[in-house]
Amino acid sequence: MIEIKDIYKTFGDNEVLKGISAVFKPGKNNLIIGGSGSGKTTLLKCIVGLHDPTKGDVIFDGENFTDMDFEQRVPIRTKIGMLFQNSALFDSMTVEENIIFPLNLFTNQTKAEKLDRANFCLERVNLTGKNKLYPSELSGGMKKRVGIARAISMQPKYLFVDEPNSGLDPKTSILIDELINELTEEYKITTVIVTHDMNSVMGIGDHIIFLHQGKKWWEGSNKEIAHTDNQELNDFVFASKFMQAAKAKL
Amino acid sequence: MFQSLGKYILLLRLSFRKPEKFSVYWSEVMREMVSVGVGSLGIIAIISVFIGAVATIQTAFQLVSDFIPKTIVGGITRDSTILEFSPTISALVLAGRVGSSMASQIGTMRVTEQIDALEIMGVNAPGYLISPKIIAGVTMIPLLVIVSVILGLVGGYIACAASNDVSTADYVTGLTDGFNPVIVTVCAVKAIFFGFIITSICSYQGFYTDGGSLEVGQSATRGVVWSCIMILFVDLIISRLLL
Repeated sequence: MIEIKDIYKTFGDNEVLKGISAVFKPGKNNLIIGGSGSGKTTLLKCIVGLHDPTKGDVIFDGENFTDMDFEQRVPIRTKIGMLFQNSALFDSMTVEENIIFPLNLFTNQTKAEKLDRANFCLERVNLTGKNKLYPSELSGGMKKRVGIARAISMQPKYLFVDEPNSGLDPKTSILIDELINELTEEYKITTVIVTHDMNSVMGIGDHIIFLHQGKKWWEGSNKEIAHTDNQELNDFVFASKFMQAAKAKL
Repeated sequence: MFQSLGKYILLLRLSFRKPEKFSVYWSEVMREMVSVGVGSLGIIAIISVFIGAVATIQTAFQLVSDFIPKTIVGGITRDSTILEFSPTISALVLAGRVGSSMASQIGTMRVTEQIDALEIMGVNAPGYLISPKIIAGVTMIPLLVIVSVILGLVGGYIACAASNDVSTADYVTGLTDGFNPVIVTVCAVKAIFFGFIITSICSYQGFYTDGGSLEVGQSATRGVVWSCIMILFVDLIISRLLL
Protein backbone atom coordinates (compact mmCIF):
# COMPACT_ATOMS: atom_id res chain seq x y z
CA MET A 1 0.00 0.00 0.00
CA ILE A 2 1.17 3.50 -0.77
CA GLU A 3 -0.07 6.48 1.18
CA ILE A 4 0.53 10.08 0.18
CA LYS A 5 -0.16 12.74 2.77
CA ASP A 6 -0.68 16.40 2.04
CA ILE A 7 1.77 16.64 -0.88
CA TYR A 8 2.81 20.12 -1.99
CA LYS A 9 5.28 20.83 -4.78
CA THR A 10 6.49 24.25 -5.83
CA PHE A 11 8.78 25.21 -8.70
CA GLY A 12 9.94 28.78 -8.08
CA ASP A 13 6.72 30.76 -7.64
CA ASN A 14 4.60 28.13 -9.33
CA GLU A 15 2.75 25.90 -6.87
CA VAL A 16 1.99 22.77 -8.93
CA LEU A 17 0.62 20.48 -6.22
CA LYS A 18 -1.54 21.82 -3.42
CA GLY A 19 -1.99 19.38 -0.58
CA ILE A 20 -2.83 16.07 -2.23
CA SER A 21 -3.57 13.03 -0.06
CA ALA A 22 -4.57 9.55 -1.23
CA VAL A 23 -4.17 5.85 -0.48
CA PHE A 24 -3.23 3.42 -3.26
CA LYS A 25 -4.14 -0.17 -2.44
CA PRO A 26 -2.46 -3.40 -3.66
CA GLY A 27 -4.04 -5.38 -6.47
CA LYS A 28 -5.83 -2.29 -7.76
CA ASN A 29 -5.25 -0.04 -10.74
CA ASN A 30 -4.97 3.40 -9.18
CA LEU A 31 -5.40 6.04 -11.86
CA ILE A 32 -4.33 9.66 -11.60
CA ILE A 33 -6.18 11.65 -14.23
CA GLY A 34 -6.46 15.32 -15.10
CA GLY A 35 -5.94 17.83 -17.85
CA SER A 36 -2.58 19.02 -19.13
CA GLY A 37 -0.73 20.98 -16.46
CA SER A 38 -2.92 19.66 -13.65
CA GLY A 39 0.14 18.19 -11.90
CA LYS A 40 -0.36 14.45 -12.45
CA THR A 41 3.16 13.68 -13.74
CA THR A 42 4.66 15.90 -11.03
CA LEU A 43 2.69 13.94 -8.44
CA LEU A 44 3.96 10.65 -9.88
CA LYS A 45 7.54 11.95 -9.81
CA CYS A 46 7.08 13.02 -6.18
CA ILE A 47 5.81 9.54 -5.28
CA VAL A 48 8.72 7.70 -6.92
CA GLY A 49 11.31 10.14 -5.58
CA LEU A 50 12.38 11.83 -8.80
CA HIS A 51 11.14 15.07 -7.24
CA ASP A 52 11.24 15.81 -3.52
CA PRO A 53 7.90 17.22 -2.37
CA THR A 54 8.07 20.73 -0.93
CA LYS A 55 5.87 19.46 1.88
CA GLY A 56 4.12 16.20 2.69
CA ASP A 57 4.95 12.51 3.02
CA VAL A 58 5.02 9.47 0.76
CA ILE A 59 4.70 6.23 2.71
CA PHE A 60 5.41 2.80 1.22
CA ASP A 61 3.94 0.09 3.48
CA GLY A 62 4.52 2.15 6.63
CA GLU A 63 8.00 3.40 5.65
CA ASN A 64 8.30 7.13 5.10
CA PHE A 65 10.08 7.40 1.73
CA THR A 66 10.32 11.20 1.84
CA ASP A 67 12.55 11.22 4.95
CA MET A 68 15.03 8.70 3.53
CA ASP A 69 18.39 9.47 1.92
CA PHE A 70 19.60 7.81 -1.31
CA GLU A 71 21.07 4.71 0.40
CA GLN A 72 17.99 4.17 2.57
CA ARG A 73 15.72 4.39 -0.46
CA VAL A 74 17.51 1.62 -2.40
CA PRO A 75 15.66 -1.34 -0.75
CA ILE A 76 12.30 0.30 -1.59
CA ARG A 77 13.42 1.28 -5.08
CA THR A 78 14.27 -2.35 -5.87
CA LYS A 79 10.59 -3.13 -5.23
CA ILE A 80 9.49 -0.43 -7.68
CA GLY A 81 8.89 -1.00 -11.37
CA MET A 82 8.18 1.91 -13.67
CA LEU A 83 6.99 2.21 -17.24
CA PHE A 84 7.83 5.60 -18.73
CA GLN A 85 5.84 7.55 -21.29
CA ASN A 86 8.51 6.92 -23.96
CA SER A 87 9.50 3.57 -22.44
CA ALA A 88 13.02 4.87 -21.54
CA LEU A 89 14.71 1.68 -22.68
CA PHE A 90 18.51 1.79 -22.67
CA ASP A 91 19.43 2.37 -26.34
CA SER A 92 22.82 0.70 -26.12
CA MET A 93 21.38 -2.56 -24.77
CA THR A 94 19.35 -5.31 -26.39
CA VAL A 95 15.87 -6.18 -25.15
CA GLU A 96 17.31 -9.01 -23.07
CA GLU A 97 20.05 -6.82 -21.59
CA ASN A 98 17.47 -4.17 -20.68
CA ILE A 99 15.46 -6.73 -18.72
CA ILE A 100 18.49 -8.34 -17.08
CA PHE A 101 20.06 -4.99 -16.13
CA PRO A 102 18.40 -4.58 -12.69
CA LEU A 103 18.99 -8.28 -11.96
CA ASN A 104 22.72 -7.81 -12.66
CA LEU A 105 22.92 -4.96 -10.19
CA PHE A 106 20.70 -6.09 -7.36
CA THR A 107 20.63 -9.91 -7.34
CA ASN A 108 23.18 -12.70 -7.11
CA GLN A 109 21.39 -14.89 -9.64
CA THR A 110 23.41 -16.99 -12.07
CA LYS A 111 23.50 -16.09 -15.75
CA ALA A 112 21.11 -18.95 -16.53
CA GLU A 113 18.64 -17.82 -13.86
CA LYS A 114 18.69 -14.26 -15.17
CA LEU A 115 18.16 -15.48 -18.70
CA ASP A 116 15.23 -17.62 -17.54
CA ARG A 117 13.71 -14.61 -15.82
CA ALA A 118 14.17 -12.46 -18.94
CA ASN A 119 12.52 -15.11 -21.10
CA PHE A 120 9.66 -15.43 -18.62
CA CYS A 121 9.09 -11.66 -18.60
CA LEU A 122 9.19 -11.52 -22.40
CA GLU A 123 6.73 -14.40 -22.63
CA ARG A 124 4.48 -12.58 -20.16
CA VAL A 125 4.31 -9.56 -22.47
CA ASN A 126 4.01 -11.67 -25.64
CA LEU A 127 7.45 -10.87 -26.99
CA THR A 128 9.00 -14.32 -26.93
CA GLY A 129 12.13 -14.56 -29.08
CA LYS A 130 12.75 -10.81 -29.34
CA ASN A 131 15.71 -11.01 -26.92
CA LYS A 132 18.43 -9.82 -29.27
CA LEU A 133 16.65 -6.85 -30.82
CA TYR A 134 17.68 -3.29 -29.97
CA PRO A 135 15.09 -0.67 -28.93
CA SER A 136 15.54 1.12 -32.26
CA GLU A 137 14.25 -2.02 -34.00
CA LEU A 138 10.98 -2.09 -32.03
CA SER A 139 7.61 -0.47 -32.67
CA GLY A 140 6.06 1.88 -30.07
CA GLY A 141 3.81 -0.83 -28.68
CA MET A 142 6.68 -3.33 -28.48
CA LYS A 143 8.81 -0.78 -26.64
CA LYS A 144 6.02 -0.33 -24.08
CA ARG A 145 5.82 -4.09 -23.62
CA VAL A 146 9.60 -4.37 -23.18
CA GLY A 147 9.31 -1.49 -20.69
CA ILE A 148 6.72 -3.52 -18.78
CA ALA A 149 8.92 -6.64 -18.96
CA ARG A 150 11.83 -4.65 -17.50
CA ALA A 151 9.56 -3.15 -14.84
CA ILE A 152 8.40 -6.60 -13.65
CA SER A 153 11.80 -8.33 -13.88
CA MET A 154 12.52 -7.68 -10.19
CA GLN A 155 9.01 -8.85 -9.19
CA PRO A 156 7.96 -5.39 -7.98
CA LYS A 157 5.46 -4.65 -5.25
CA TYR A 158 4.74 -1.25 -6.75
CA LEU A 159 4.27 -0.46 -10.42
CA PHE A 160 4.18 3.11 -11.73
CA VAL A 161 3.05 3.83 -15.24
CA ASP A 162 3.26 7.22 -16.94
CA GLU A 163 0.89 7.71 -19.89
CA PRO A 164 0.91 4.06 -21.05
CA ASN A 165 -1.21 4.78 -24.12
CA SER A 166 0.50 7.84 -25.51
CA GLY A 167 1.46 7.42 -29.15
CA LEU A 168 -0.28 4.06 -29.49
CA ASP A 169 -3.21 3.05 -31.67
CA PRO A 170 -6.47 2.24 -29.81
CA LYS A 171 -6.10 -1.53 -30.19
CA THR A 172 -2.52 -1.59 -28.86
CA SER A 173 -3.58 0.78 -26.07
CA ILE A 174 -6.22 -1.67 -24.92
CA LEU A 175 -3.71 -4.55 -25.05
CA ILE A 176 -1.28 -2.57 -22.87
CA ASP A 177 -4.08 -1.72 -20.42
CA GLU A 178 -5.14 -5.36 -20.23
CA LEU A 179 -1.56 -6.45 -19.66
CA ILE A 180 -1.08 -3.97 -16.81
CA ASN A 181 -4.42 -5.04 -15.34
CA GLU A 182 -3.52 -8.75 -15.49
CA LEU A 183 -0.14 -8.19 -13.84
CA THR A 184 -1.69 -6.01 -11.13
CA GLU A 185 -4.31 -8.61 -10.23
CA GLU A 186 -2.07 -11.64 -10.60
CA TYR A 187 0.87 -10.39 -8.52
CA LYS A 188 -1.18 -8.12 -6.21
CA ILE A 189 0.93 -5.13 -7.24
CA THR A 190 0.08 -1.60 -6.13
CA THR A 191 -0.21 0.02 -9.54
CA VAL A 192 -0.37 3.78 -10.05
CA ILE A 193 -1.13 4.95 -13.58
CA VAL A 194 -1.04 8.51 -14.86
CA THR A 195 -3.28 8.82 -17.87
CA HIS A 196 -5.76 10.97 -19.72
CA ASP A 197 -6.96 8.12 -21.91
CA MET A 198 -10.69 7.59 -21.38
CA ASN A 199 -10.56 3.96 -22.50
CA SER A 200 -8.13 3.29 -19.64
CA VAL A 201 -10.28 5.23 -17.20
CA MET A 202 -13.44 3.34 -18.06
CA GLY A 203 -11.69 -0.01 -18.62
CA ILE A 204 -9.28 -0.49 -15.72
CA GLY A 205 -9.95 2.42 -13.32
CA ASP A 206 -10.48 0.58 -10.02
CA HIS A 207 -9.58 3.70 -8.09
CA ILE A 208 -9.35 7.10 -9.73
CA ILE A 209 -8.20 10.46 -8.45
CA PHE A 210 -8.91 13.49 -10.59
CA LEU A 211 -6.52 16.42 -10.31
CA HIS A 212 -7.53 19.93 -11.25
CA GLN A 213 -5.42 23.05 -10.71
CA GLY A 214 -3.01 21.07 -8.54
CA LYS A 215 -5.68 19.82 -6.16
CA LYS A 216 -7.49 16.52 -5.74
CA TRP A 217 -10.89 17.42 -7.15
CA TRP A 218 -12.61 14.04 -7.13
CA GLU A 219 -11.96 10.44 -6.04
CA GLY A 220 -13.87 7.28 -6.92
CA SER A 221 -14.04 4.33 -9.30
CA ASN A 222 -14.84 3.96 -12.99
CA LYS A 223 -18.34 2.86 -12.02
CA GLU A 224 -18.95 6.09 -10.14
CA ILE A 225 -17.38 8.42 -12.68
CA ALA A 226 -20.33 8.29 -15.11
CA HIS A 227 -22.76 9.44 -12.45
CA THR A 228 -20.77 12.18 -10.82
CA ASP A 229 -22.12 15.70 -10.71
CA ASN A 230 -18.63 17.19 -10.42
CA GLN A 231 -18.61 19.78 -13.19
CA GLU A 232 -14.84 19.89 -13.83
CA LEU A 233 -14.64 16.10 -13.95
CA ASN A 234 -17.59 15.91 -16.33
CA ASP A 235 -16.00 18.54 -18.54
CA PHE A 236 -12.79 16.50 -18.61
CA VAL A 237 -14.19 12.97 -19.03
CA PHE A 238 -17.07 13.76 -21.35
CA ALA A 239 -15.33 16.39 -23.45
CA SER A 240 -15.85 14.52 -26.73
CA LYS A 241 -19.21 14.03 -28.44
CA PHE A 242 -18.53 10.30 -28.49
CA MET A 243 -18.21 10.19 -24.71
CA GLN A 244 -21.27 12.39 -24.29
CA ALA A 245 -23.27 9.94 -26.43
CA ALA A 246 -21.89 7.02 -24.41
CA LYS A 247 -22.94 8.74 -21.19
CA ALA A 248 -26.43 9.33 -22.53
CA LYS A 249 -26.84 5.59 -23.09
CA LEU A 250 -25.81 4.75 -19.52
CA MET B 1 29.37 30.44 -12.23
CA PHE B 2 29.92 29.44 -8.56
CA GLN B 3 26.63 27.54 -8.57
CA SER B 4 27.81 25.53 -11.59
CA LEU B 5 31.15 24.85 -9.91
CA GLY B 6 29.33 23.63 -6.81
CA LYS B 7 27.06 21.36 -8.88
CA TYR B 8 30.11 20.02 -10.74
CA ILE B 9 31.92 19.16 -7.49
CA LEU B 10 28.81 17.53 -6.00
CA LEU B 11 28.30 15.50 -9.16
CA LEU B 12 31.90 14.28 -9.01
CA ARG B 13 31.38 13.26 -5.38
CA LEU B 14 28.25 11.31 -6.32
CA SER B 15 30.10 9.72 -9.23
CA PHE B 16 32.62 8.08 -6.94
CA ARG B 17 30.18 6.60 -4.45
CA LYS B 18 30.53 2.89 -3.71
CA PRO B 19 29.17 0.96 -6.74
CA GLU B 20 26.09 -1.23 -6.36
CA LYS B 21 27.99 -4.09 -7.97
CA PHE B 22 31.64 -3.84 -8.89
CA SER B 23 31.49 -6.32 -11.80
CA VAL B 24 28.81 -4.32 -13.64
CA TYR B 25 30.80 -1.09 -13.25
CA TRP B 26 33.99 -2.85 -14.33
CA SER B 27 32.45 -3.98 -17.60
CA GLU B 28 31.31 -0.38 -18.19
CA VAL B 29 34.87 0.84 -17.55
CA MET B 30 36.20 -1.67 -20.10
CA ARG B 31 33.59 -0.58 -22.64
CA GLU B 32 34.49 3.09 -22.18
CA MET B 33 38.22 2.31 -22.41
CA VAL B 34 37.69 0.66 -25.78
CA SER B 35 35.52 3.55 -26.92
CA VAL B 36 37.99 6.25 -25.82
CA GLY B 37 41.23 4.40 -26.59
CA VAL B 38 40.70 2.24 -29.64
CA GLY B 39 38.05 4.55 -31.05
CA SER B 40 40.39 7.56 -31.03
CA LEU B 41 43.56 5.82 -32.17
CA GLY B 42 43.06 6.60 -35.87
CA ILE B 43 42.56 10.35 -35.56
CA ILE B 44 45.39 10.66 -33.00
CA ALA B 45 47.76 8.73 -35.31
CA ILE B 46 46.98 10.95 -38.29
CA ILE B 47 47.31 14.29 -36.51
CA SER B 48 50.47 13.20 -34.65
CA VAL B 49 52.39 12.21 -37.78
CA PHE B 50 51.49 15.49 -39.48
CA ILE B 51 52.27 17.63 -36.43
CA GLY B 52 55.66 15.94 -36.00
CA ALA B 53 56.48 16.43 -39.67
CA VAL B 54 55.41 20.08 -39.69
CA ALA B 55 57.28 20.83 -36.45
CA THR B 56 60.46 19.40 -37.95
CA ILE B 57 60.16 21.28 -41.25
CA GLN B 58 59.39 24.61 -39.55
CA THR B 59 62.19 24.22 -37.01
CA ALA B 60 64.66 23.39 -39.76
CA PHE B 61 63.45 26.43 -41.75
CA GLN B 62 63.97 28.79 -38.82
CA LEU B 63 67.41 27.45 -37.85
CA VAL B 64 69.27 27.71 -41.14
CA SER B 65 72.69 28.86 -40.02
CA ASP B 66 76.22 27.56 -40.24
CA PHE B 67 76.67 28.30 -36.55
CA ILE B 68 73.82 26.03 -35.42
CA PRO B 69 74.30 22.26 -35.60
CA LYS B 70 71.58 20.45 -37.60
CA THR B 71 71.03 18.02 -34.73
CA ILE B 72 69.26 20.78 -32.81
CA VAL B 73 66.21 20.28 -35.05
CA GLY B 74 65.67 16.80 -33.62
CA GLY B 75 66.03 18.10 -30.07
CA ILE B 76 63.53 20.93 -30.56
CA THR B 77 61.04 18.67 -32.31
CA ARG B 78 61.34 16.14 -29.47
CA ASP B 79 60.84 18.68 -26.69
CA SER B 80 57.98 20.55 -28.37
CA THR B 81 56.23 17.29 -29.30
CA ILE B 82 56.53 15.75 -25.84
CA LEU B 83 55.84 18.92 -23.88
CA GLU B 84 53.16 20.61 -25.90
CA PHE B 85 52.05 19.30 -29.27
CA SER B 86 51.20 15.72 -28.32
CA PRO B 87 49.41 16.26 -24.98
CA THR B 88 47.68 19.56 -25.75
CA ILE B 89 46.69 19.14 -29.38
CA SER B 90 45.64 15.52 -28.76
CA ALA B 91 43.54 16.69 -25.82
CA LEU B 92 41.88 19.43 -27.88
CA VAL B 93 41.06 16.93 -30.62
CA LEU B 94 39.82 14.39 -28.07
CA ALA B 95 37.61 17.03 -26.46
CA GLY B 96 35.85 17.27 -29.81
CA ARG B 97 35.73 13.56 -30.52
CA VAL B 98 35.31 11.91 -27.10
CA GLY B 99 33.91 14.80 -25.06
CA SER B 100 31.10 15.74 -27.40
CA SER B 101 30.13 12.08 -27.75
CA MET B 102 29.98 11.67 -23.94
CA ALA B 103 27.99 14.86 -23.42
CA SER B 104 25.47 14.00 -26.11
CA GLN B 105 25.17 10.37 -24.96
CA ILE B 106 24.41 11.35 -21.36
CA GLY B 107 22.29 14.30 -22.49
CA THR B 108 20.16 12.05 -24.69
CA MET B 109 19.75 9.63 -21.80
CA ARG B 110 18.56 12.55 -19.66
CA VAL B 111 15.96 13.88 -22.12
CA THR B 112 14.63 10.39 -22.95
CA GLU B 113 14.18 9.61 -19.21
CA GLN B 114 16.78 6.81 -19.24
CA ILE B 115 18.57 8.48 -16.31
CA ASP B 116 15.25 8.67 -14.43
CA ALA B 117 14.81 4.94 -15.13
CA LEU B 118 18.23 4.24 -13.60
CA GLU B 119 17.43 6.32 -10.51
CA ILE B 120 14.07 4.65 -9.99
CA MET B 121 15.75 1.24 -10.13
CA GLY B 122 17.98 2.40 -7.25
CA VAL B 123 21.10 2.83 -9.38
CA ASN B 124 23.43 5.71 -8.56
CA ALA B 125 23.15 7.24 -12.05
CA PRO B 126 26.21 9.55 -11.82
CA GLY B 127 28.31 6.65 -10.58
CA TYR B 128 27.14 4.26 -13.26
CA LEU B 129 27.34 6.75 -16.13
CA ILE B 130 30.17 9.12 -15.23
CA SER B 131 32.79 7.27 -13.16
CA PRO B 132 33.57 4.69 -15.90
CA LYS B 133 34.05 7.55 -18.38
CA ILE B 134 36.42 9.43 -16.05
CA ILE B 135 38.42 6.26 -15.30
CA ALA B 136 38.64 5.52 -19.03
CA GLY B 137 39.70 9.13 -19.69
CA VAL B 138 42.52 9.26 -17.12
CA THR B 139 43.90 5.90 -18.23
CA MET B 140 43.43 5.87 -22.00
CA ILE B 141 44.20 9.51 -22.85
CA PRO B 142 47.75 9.24 -21.39
CA LEU B 143 48.24 6.07 -23.47
CA LEU B 144 47.00 7.90 -26.56
CA VAL B 145 49.41 10.73 -25.81
CA ILE B 146 52.31 8.23 -25.61
CA VAL B 147 51.28 6.87 -29.01
CA SER B 148 51.00 10.46 -30.25
CA VAL B 149 54.56 11.29 -29.07
CA ILE B 150 56.02 8.24 -30.81
CA LEU B 151 54.15 8.91 -34.05
CA GLY B 152 55.00 12.64 -33.89
CA LEU B 153 58.70 11.81 -33.74
CA VAL B 154 58.23 9.27 -36.56
CA GLY B 155 56.51 12.04 -38.55
CA GLY B 156 59.57 14.23 -38.03
CA TYR B 157 61.79 11.42 -39.28
CA ILE B 158 59.65 11.00 -42.38
CA ALA B 159 59.84 14.76 -43.03
CA CYS B 160 63.65 14.61 -42.79
CA ALA B 161 63.81 11.62 -45.11
CA ALA B 162 61.53 13.31 -47.63
CA SER B 163 63.42 16.61 -47.69
CA ASN B 164 67.06 17.60 -47.72
CA ASP B 165 66.82 20.15 -44.91
CA VAL B 166 68.16 17.84 -42.20
CA SER B 167 69.61 14.36 -42.58
CA THR B 168 67.87 11.52 -40.77
CA ALA B 169 71.11 10.75 -38.95
CA ASP B 170 71.27 14.33 -37.59
CA TYR B 171 67.59 14.13 -36.63
CA VAL B 172 68.02 10.88 -34.69
CA THR B 173 71.14 12.21 -32.99
CA GLY B 174 69.19 15.33 -32.04
CA LEU B 175 66.41 13.24 -30.54
CA THR B 176 68.77 11.60 -28.08
CA ASP B 177 71.11 14.51 -27.31
CA GLY B 178 70.47 16.36 -24.06
CA PHE B 179 67.33 14.47 -23.21
CA ASN B 180 65.84 15.56 -19.87
CA PRO B 181 63.43 12.90 -18.51
CA VAL B 182 61.39 15.51 -16.62
CA ILE B 183 59.64 16.44 -19.87
CA VAL B 184 58.09 12.95 -19.97
CA THR B 185 56.78 13.45 -16.44
CA VAL B 186 55.29 16.81 -17.43
CA CYS B 187 53.72 15.21 -20.49
CA ALA B 188 52.19 12.39 -18.40
CA VAL B 189 50.83 14.78 -15.76
CA LYS B 190 49.26 16.95 -18.46
CA ALA B 191 47.69 13.93 -20.17
CA ILE B 192 46.13 12.66 -16.92
CA PHE B 193 44.70 16.10 -16.07
CA PHE B 194 43.42 16.60 -19.61
CA GLY B 195 41.74 13.17 -19.53
CA PHE B 196 39.98 14.12 -16.32
CA ILE B 197 38.96 17.55 -17.62
CA ILE B 198 37.47 16.26 -20.89
CA THR B 199 35.46 13.41 -19.37
CA SER B 200 34.25 15.17 -16.23
CA ILE B 201 33.25 18.48 -17.83
CA CYS B 202 31.48 16.86 -20.79
CA SER B 203 29.71 14.34 -18.53
CA TYR B 204 28.60 17.19 -16.27
CA GLN B 205 27.19 19.15 -19.21
CA GLY B 206 25.36 16.07 -20.48
CA PHE B 207 24.00 15.10 -17.07
CA TYR B 208 22.36 18.46 -16.48
CA THR B 209 20.80 18.73 -19.93
CA ASP B 210 17.25 19.99 -19.71
CA GLY B 211 14.87 20.02 -22.66
CA GLY B 212 15.10 18.14 -25.96
CA SER B 213 17.41 17.38 -28.86
CA LEU B 214 18.33 21.05 -29.34
CA GLU B 215 19.57 21.26 -25.74
CA VAL B 216 21.53 18.02 -26.15
CA GLY B 217 23.48 19.66 -28.97
CA GLN B 218 24.00 22.79 -26.89
CA SER B 219 25.28 20.71 -23.97
CA ALA B 220 27.77 18.93 -26.22
CA THR B 221 29.00 22.27 -27.58
CA ARG B 222 29.31 23.74 -24.07
CA GLY B 223 31.17 20.63 -22.94
CA VAL B 224 33.71 20.91 -25.75
CA VAL B 225 34.19 24.68 -25.35
CA TRP B 226 34.69 24.51 -21.57
CA SER B 227 36.98 21.50 -21.92
CA CYS B 228 39.18 23.36 -24.43
CA ILE B 229 39.38 26.44 -22.23
CA MET B 230 40.24 24.39 -19.14
CA ILE B 231 42.81 22.30 -21.06
CA LEU B 232 44.66 25.45 -22.10
CA PHE B 233 44.41 26.95 -18.60
CA VAL B 234 45.65 23.77 -16.87
CA ASP B 235 48.38 23.44 -19.53
CA LEU B 236 49.68 26.83 -18.48
CA ILE B 237 49.49 26.02 -14.75
CA ILE B 238 51.29 22.66 -15.11
CA SER B 239 53.97 24.13 -17.37
CA ARG B 240 54.58 26.92 -14.86
CA LEU B 241 54.68 24.60 -11.87
CA LEU B 242 56.70 21.70 -13.26
CA LEU B 243 59.20 23.32 -15.61
